[in-house]
Amino acid sequence: MFEIGLSHYLFMAAALFTIGVFGIFVNRKNVIIILMSIELVLLSVNINLVAFSAYLQNLEGQIFAMMVLTVAAAEAAVGLAILVTYFRNRGNIAVEDINQMRG
Amino acid sequence: MLAAIAWWVLATIAVLSAFAVIAARNPVHSVLFLILTFFTSAGLFVLLGAEFLAMLLVVVYVGAVAVLFLFVVMMLDVDFAELKQGFLSYTPIGAIIAVALFAELALVASASMSSNGVPISVAATGESAVTNAEAIGQVLYTDYLLVFQMAGLVLLVAMIGAIVLTLRHRPGVRKQDITAQVGRKRSEGVELKDPRPGQGLG
Repeated sequence: MFEIGLSHYLFMAAALFTIGVFGIFVNRKNVIIILMSIELVLLSVNINLVAFSAYLQNLEGQIFAMMVLTVAAAEAAVGLAILVTYFRNRGNIAVEDINQMRG
Repeated sequence: MLAAIAWWVLATIAVLSAFAVIAARNPVHSVLFLILTFFTSAGLFVLLGAEFLAMLLVVVYVGAVAVLFLFVVMMLDVDFAELKQGFLSYTPIGAIIAVALFAELALVASASMSSNGVPISVAATGESAVTNAEAIGQVLYTDYLLVFQMAGLVLLVAMIGAIVLTLRHRPGVRKQDITAQVGRKRSEGVELKDPRPGQGLG
């Protein structure tokens, strides 16, 4: 309980990951919340990477976590740009209608 | 002992605020809870001895990504109450999948206990003479140079993509036309008149 080990971090990251996936399922209409859920999932992966990096006394995990951070930032930027363009064209952001775009 | 208390407080706040991100009625509150999750995760990184990554999380995620989310949420004029309608109808299937997923992940995570049920300890990597940022800098620009450059390329492509996606040419807006500016001839701009003395151009 008071000895914080690797498994504590793994359980906590698993909880964050599950919340992220749950958020994608539950907020089917709101793209903004879906993007935030993806950020949560990537954050939980980062926590796992850093925890293993500390456990193995190896910096590789932290380097990889930086790369995940980079990809997450790029993904958020492009995703929000697509969202803004979609909103400009249709006037709402309901994901369920996106299949009507057809190319 | 103190680190354990800090861990439990930070982890509890992180998980609860992560749940608040997906459950909040107002998307602005969602973004603010996302910022809280990032902050507490940065605290967990500090406990692991990864100070540089913790600072990166605060600067990149809280300073850039979350503020970007905040901008988009506030600029789009969306009826968010309407978007929230399907929440309850998707909850059962989402909950089933979430429980199954968490059970699997917890099964894997519990394998990281040693045989007598005690968790394998994690030591902070800051014990040696070099700091965490220095250690990362020593390998990032040498061993991982290619990866580092490719990360920069990913950001460049994302930046260009975001600009191309959101740029629009609206007709009827007066903008600077450099080709027209540079391509002006003298004959279009200046005209020589020959006024008579004492009469002016009249």
